[in-house]
Amino acid sequence: MVLRRDWWKILAVLLVGFTIVAGLLGTVPRLPILNESIRNLYFHVTMWFVMLFLFTISVSSSIAYLSTEKPLWDIRAELAVKVGMVTATLGILTGMIWANFTWGKPWVNDPKLNGAAVSFMGYAAYLILRQSMDDPEKKARIAAVYNIFAFVMMIVFIQILPRLTDSLHPGSGGNPAFSSYDLDQNMRIVFYPAVIGWFLIGYWIYTLLVRIRLIQNKLKQSQWND
Amino acid sequence: MERLMSSHLVKLTVFLLFSPMAVLHAQSSDIPMADTFRAEGKIYVVVAVMLVIFSGLISYLIYVDRKVSKLEKDVKEQEK
Repeated sequence: MVLRRDWWKILAVLLVGFTIVAGLLGTVPRLPILNESIRNLYFHVTMWFVMLFLFTISVSSSIAYLSTEKPLWDIRAELAVKVGMVTATLGILTGMIWANFTWGKPWVNDPKLNGAAVSFMGYAAYLILRQSMDDPEKKARIAAVYNIFAFVMMIVFIQILPRLTDSLHPGSGGNPAFSSYDLDQNMRIVFYPAVIGWFLIGYWIYTLLVRIRLIQNKLKQSQWND
Repeated sequence: MERLMSSHLVKLTVFLLFSPMAVLHAQSSDIPMADTFRAEGKIYVVVAVMLVIFSGLISYLIYVDRKVSKLEKDVKEQEK
């Protein structure tokens, strides 16, 4: 690790470390239904933000691939989705723990939850689609086009549709959440560092996967040359 | 005149920053929170546990990062 190059990794650790301490010790508004579980904003919600961040990296890489046809962009698009799927899984699991406690069931038929499930499966389909093709160029091109479609569907299913109907999820349909957080400075000073810190940690893991893939590719090439 | 404006601006900003807190404070208290748990200081135990787990995971991430850097170096040297 070189300080000049890896300073953002240290920043990531400090920010998330800060949110673990301040997230549990800091003052939060007293709201019905949520009570102390309002602190999940710092942990559960950030997982979904990291997923959105990584999927945005992925879709921009796919667009870059389609315009340049450089294989590196395809690698980036694939691996950003893979890390994003991990944080999405963590988001679903943490949400289910909370739902089981608050609503009595881990899953309810709610537009926000079902939208998350549909977009999760849309991205699972992206990874399966990749595995179903052998020709690397064809794979990269079709996957890039599908990735743009999956991204748009994800935005529609988790950001737009739940807002058009009533949802039980905090923050929609008059349920306490963002509307009240917006006013709360105490939560903001923990939530924003949490988002930035987890963005950086997600990005860190993603860069590691890309670097490992590049090493693997180089080793494969040298095998062919030998 | 300018100074007067700026002092008003400061006052307004301070008011806008802190007024929501006052509102939230007023509606509070009858909603149950883990006040006893906090008063007993047990929350610090949870914070300590989470920090240990987090630092363990981060140490592992740094370990993997270093290993990848070493592999990159090896591959580069092999290419020469």
